[in-house]
Amino acid sequence: MNIGVVVFPGSNCDHDCRHVFHDVLGQDVTMIWHKETSLAGLDAVILPGGFSFGDYLRTGAIARFSPVMQAVKRYAAEGGMVLGICNGFQILLEAGLLPGAMLRNKSLHFICRETYVKVENAATPFTSACRSGQVLKIPIAHADGNYYTDPVTLAGLQANAQVVFRYCTADGHVIPEACPNGSLDNIAGIRNAEGNVLGMMPHPERCAEAMLGNEDGRLVLASMVEGLKNAKRSEAVV
Amino acid sequence: MKAKIHVTLKQGILDPQGKAIEHALDSLGFKQAANVRVGKYMELDLQEQDKAKAEAEVKSMCEKLLANTIIEEYRYELQS
Repeated sequence: MNIGVVVFPGSNCDHDCRHVFHDVLGQDVTMIWHKETSLAGLDAVILPGGFSFGDYLRTGAIARFSPVMQAVKRYAAEGGMVLGICNGFQILLEAGLLPGAMLRNKSLHFICRETYVKVENAATPFTSACRSGQVLKIPIAHADGNYYTDPVTLAGLQANAQVVFRYCTADGHVIPEACPNGSLDNIAGIRNAEGNVLGMMPHPERCAEAMLGNEDGRLVLASMVEGLKNAKRSEAVV
Repeated sequence: MKAKIHVTLKQGILDPQGKAIEHALDSLGFKQAANVRVGKYMELDLQEQDKAKAEAEVKSMCEKLLANTIIEEYRYELQS
């Protein structure tokens, strides 16, 4: 597979994503500068974490106007797989590819630590290697991860199983105390209605190999690769 | 023409910065300060001389970029 990793000025998890997809999962990776206008030939696109454009105005607010984002919108509309991690999630929200917005963390702190998230929907191309209800330990590192949306949109997300990850305790209880940032309904990750765009605040690329003591994040990224391979196989059969 | 733009979180949306400032004011003895809301202030110059056109322009800027209308509201003044 050829995985595109978009690089905005201020992205800082782009090479971590490249490392995991290339060195750990054995895939081709193409780094995409934010001025690019074409995503032709890519099997999936990653919007990585970081501080694009210094988080000026609002997180993701400037990056969404980068030329590459028009291409990402077209790519997503055509069914292409898009994963936004942390700042990438914030950019997807600002771009309107996912519903809602991020508020400052309730504690006002930048939080960098391990969290537990529950896989609420294992029937997505991003979580197919997980069990439904599985608890993953994945770190977060953000100041604006306090997800907010209006009650009608939230009800829609819940009804359509678009909430993919929720913050929980180590044994899988989704309770307010387990939510690090004040996020509505403990939301850590959501997908779009069509299911091909996922945004998540935790960083799976930071915990995808045994050497780092935690491989839980690998499940998310390996799910994507497996899903893409299966899609190619069924295309070949047809 | 100069536009002066204020962007704040909508009423009813938790403003953690506002809350922190409110607590700080309280501990400084300003017991009356309540409902502190933090926002952004921006000003910019416009070539446009027609007030209605300038207003439409500023409104469009706010809707498209300066405010995220899911969580924020905005107001502006225009000065010639």
